[in-house]
Amino acid sequence: MDMSFSPEELAFRDEVRTFIADNYPQELKGGRRTRGEMSKEDILKWHRILYKKGWVVPHWPVEYGGTGWTITQRYIWNEENARAETSPLLPFGLSMVGPVIYTFGNEEQKKRFIPGILSADDWWCQGYSEPGSGSDLASLRTKAVREGDHYIVNGGKTWTTLAQFADWMFCLVRTDPNAKAQEGISFLLIDMKTPGITVRPIITMDGAHEVNEVFLEDVKVPVENLIGEENKGWTYAKFLLGNERSGIAGVARSKKAIERLKNIANAELVDGSPLMKTDEFSRKVAELEIDLSALEVTELRTLAAESKGRGPGPEASILKIKGTEIQQRITELAVEAVGNYALVQAPRMEVTGNEFVPGPDYSAGTAQDYFNVRKTSIYGGSNEIQHNIIAKMVLGL
Amino acid sequence: MDFSFTEEQTLLRNTVQSLLADKYDFDTRRKVTKTAEGWRPEMWAQFAELGLLAAPFSEELGGLGGGAIENMIIMEEFGRHLVVEPYVETVVIAGGFLREGGTAAQQEALIPGIIGGETVWAFAYAEPQGRYNLADLTTTAKKDGSGYTINGYKAVVLGAPWAQKLIVTARTSGGQRDRDGVSVFIVDKSAAGVSTRDYPTVDGRRASEITFENVKVGADALIGAEGKGLPLVEKITDEAIAALSAEAIGCMKELNTATVEYCKTRKQFGVPIGKFQVLQHRMVDMFMAHEQSVSMTYMVNLKLAESDVERIKAAAGAKVQIGKAGRYVGQQAVQLHGGMGMTDELNVGHYFKRLTMIDTQFGNVDYQLKRYSEAA
Repeated sequence: MDMSFSPEELAFRDEVRTFIADNYPQELKGGRRTRGEMSKEDILKWHRILYKKGWVVPHWPVEYGGTGWTITQRYIWNEENARAETSPLLPFGLSMVGPVIYTFGNEEQKKRFIPGILSADDWWCQGYSEPGSGSDLASLRTKAVREGDHYIVNGGKTWTTLAQFADWMFCLVRTDPNAKAQEGISFLLIDMKTPGITVRPIITMDGAHEVNEVFLEDVKVPVENLIGEENKGWTYAKFLLGNERSGIAGVARSKKAIERLKNIANAELVDGSPLMKTDEFSRKVAELEIDLSALEVTELRTLAAESKGRGPGPEASILKIKGTEIQQRITELAVEAVGNYALVQAPRMEVTGNEFVPGPDYSAGTAQDYFNVRKTSIYGGSNEIQHNIIAKMVLGL
Repeated sequence: MDFSFTEEQTLLRNTVQSLLADKYDFDTRRKVTKTAEGWRPEMWAQFAELGLLAAPFSEELGGLGGGAIENMIIMEEFGRHLVVEPYVETVVIAGGFLREGGTAAQQEALIPGIIGGETVWAFAYAEPQGRYNLADLTTTAKKDGSGYTINGYKAVVLGAPWAQKLIVTARTSGGQRDRDGVSVFIVDKSAAGVSTRDYPTVDGRRASEITFENVKVGADALIGAEGKGLPLVEKITDEAIAALSAEAIGCMKELNTATVEYCKTRKQFGVPIGKFQVLQHRMVDMFMAHEQSVSMTYMVNLKLAESDVERIKAAAGAKVQIGKAGRYVGQQAVQLHGGMGMTDELNVGHYFKRLTMIDTQFGNVDYQLKRYSEAA
């Protein structure tokens, strides 16, 4: 057993740390803006820099553009990005559909789609959830009917993150209405410019526009955009959901967020001395740090098992549950820490620069962040579903 | 021992309920909070017309002879509809200061304007460095002839953009956090030297940052004795806490009803999700959190007139209970509604946001826990 880094790993850490310091765009630094507040170009800036460097998909096989880093190196890379508060790369292409395409797609599809994913010339979105199909995703009803060399797709998707910018959508559709729920589903790649697609914004309670409804009405999709076999889409869908485990816990980002929380609590005063010095608050932060330490080692144990070829099992659900609980708790404590200024509504859309946001810089948007991260225990398989997975798959209940 | 309401009180509740059912549906409220004004003066006029703004004042003061229980009834119903109009700031707080600390002349001059709906008030007490400590004041009022000159800065003054008059706490003597030396003043928002910057709050209201620069007020602007204002401020903020507790139980009640209803109708895996035991138990915990909050709300509203220690324990205790219960009920209502609970379009998120902010107002759970333990 050994939890420390080797000299080579430390040298690697220094190398990536320097690279980030030298190359992360100045104008994005120190930002805590949510994606709902950023322009499309700002969201993609860091991606494009990493693409040029060849570091955009460290978790992919080398033949498709991966870096060949060890799991420890990838861990260090994530950690250093969080430490520098770089803007997280969009997962839709890099972590979701990309691996599905290089694993299950044909040569033609790989040639056609992988380059656009790597360069970010193609912006992808995820067509999974439907109004009637959330936790029970396999009940989805958007249907695709084969007509010659096309599918005609009808239905609707919802909670589609950043679909307003998307060029492509990977979409689960029902191709066999008579089969058992999971068996009649196919995995289609849909060009968002196709006639019949309407994207409608959903504004969330923090005032941001991150998610959308996508309506599909007689959308013609060429048959060559089908991934793998017809009616086998559920297999690819599950592969996608289970594929990107590293980072799901958000440990490195939470560490940074706790640091930020402590800075707030050191600046906020209770009767003239820092809030951070009060017993009740410092204990809550300590508890949070201990929870995060435990999660960090749990994640490292998962990664170590993965590097020995044992795939991430259902115990990865621990990372989702604990990771999101910690993220939510951090924002909850930040609201407590900023006190009265938590009430202030910071503008989240169409920022003109004229809006008056009172209070210290660190207080702006604190409550909205808290409201926003309530989504994390709902999306990606709600935390209740994750509990079911552990109960069934791990405990055998 | 009797927890029932009088006939008049039931009538009052029915009046509020039918007005709000008629004029304060969620979509209307959502539209109003997005307008430039952010509230409806005509709704305020209706409150006055129906006697709501007179309800807690004694008959000698021109009111209808009610008190805390009437405030509680009104605020619970306001909570159910997420009413943004400044009842707490105007009737409970400003009305409370005038009732409890005002001279006969001040009462005669100012209470009719509250009851008639002509004057809206806001309470400028919090300062950036002071957090929840009501005595932590850098705003000063210096004796100036027979009156005072006020200088300072007040943070997050709720309802101030709508107000004509302000209740302002300022230090007339003593050190920054001394209990002695706190005084309470009435200041016209339009007075020379008062400047405001307005902004929206996350719960759909409006607030202002207010700067006082050599603002001159007369001797008749002082409420209560000079330098002895803190006990009065504490008493009135406890009355505000009692009213906010009632608002919170109204919010929780609506969230619980909506959540149970949703879980009965939302089907996944072929059954209503309310059939899953894990969600059933969650909703039972939400139900109990609400019931316990109702109990503490009754208690604080019944104990406002008791000794300081009893009142402080009841108010701090109620604030802790509604802070914790409000967080639990709010978070779980969102969680059980899934993605829908996250949207601006559904009322669930709005109740959750309001409950979050009620915890922040006048001291959150940690602050009130400490206050309780120091009083006990």
